[in-house]
Amino acid sequence: MADAGFIGLSILTIGSAIFALESREIIYGAIALAISMLGIAGFFILLDSPFVAMFQIAVYVGAVAVLVIFIVMLVRTEALFSAEEDKGRRIAGLIFSLLMMVGVGVLLFSSLFSSAEFSPVMDKIVNKIGNEMLTYYSPVFILLALTLAGAIIGALSLARREDSDQRPETSTTSPQYEKLYLDTKNEEQEQV
Amino acid sequence: MTELINLVTVSLILVGIGVYGLIVKRNAIRMIFAIEIIANAANLNLIAFSRYLGDIQGQVFALFAIAIAAAEVAVGLAIIIIAYRLYKDIDVTQYKFLRG
Repeated sequence: MADAGFIGLSILTIGSAIFALESREIIYGAIALAISMLGIAGFFILLDSPFVAMFQIAVYVGAVAVLVIFIVMLVRTEALFSAEEDKGRRIAGLIFSLLMMVGVGVLLFSSLFSSAEFSPVMDKIVNKIGNEMLTYYSPVFILLALTLAGAIIGALSLARREDSDQRPETSTTSPQYEKLYLDTKNEEQEQV
Repeated sequence: MTELINLVTVSLILVGIGVYGLIVKRNAIRMIFAIEIIANAANLNLIAFSRYLGDIQGQVFALFAIAIAAAEVAVGLAIIIIAYRLYKDIDVTQYKFLRG
């Protein structure tokens, strides 16, 4: 039988996952997504794997959520609210995902996993993870580092502005911003 | 004591929510949210089965999966930024050049 902590974590995780997709303001959705990730980290702690839980918090809540919130602030215009989904599509998506959940759920509950018991708790988990990562999985580890570096460099070079080294007089910004820019530039010159 | 089937059920519900979001939403950032929810459900499954089998390899796989998901989010958000600069919109039905 499930205990109270598990039920609370489930409600937190699933509720904030739904809110992340259905909230009116997308920035609240980003924060709800971070809370959902925290709930998943709580599940990891419940499952006696604290190292993965810390990694999850550091990567998802620390890095991904902040990245998403920054992107939402960068794109924050009316464009965020204009994307209105039609009713038929919403009903179709609801029916499809419910069918999928019921189908896989029936399979799961009729399988042997419905009465599966956990094995006893492992000790020295971090030692074992470090051993595995640096011996058997060491090629994967190196490839992962290269992949991460490639992804970060790729993302940086993709998102870089093409006209960032042009002169501000020829930039395509609106007149008021240009005036503001020139004002601040004049002030800087006066200070010098 | 929490059992395996409860955790797999939570994971299944999260995958259902993510699939619903991928089908219904047209906002590109929300689609990234849905992908993230599905990736997290997969990680939860990995850890639950690692605990069930008493094997450490599930946790190692989950660590790799978390790192790859972070890289995927970085590239996906960069693509959204470029598409927003081109179209002034984040509605994926407006991205005509990206159509297959």
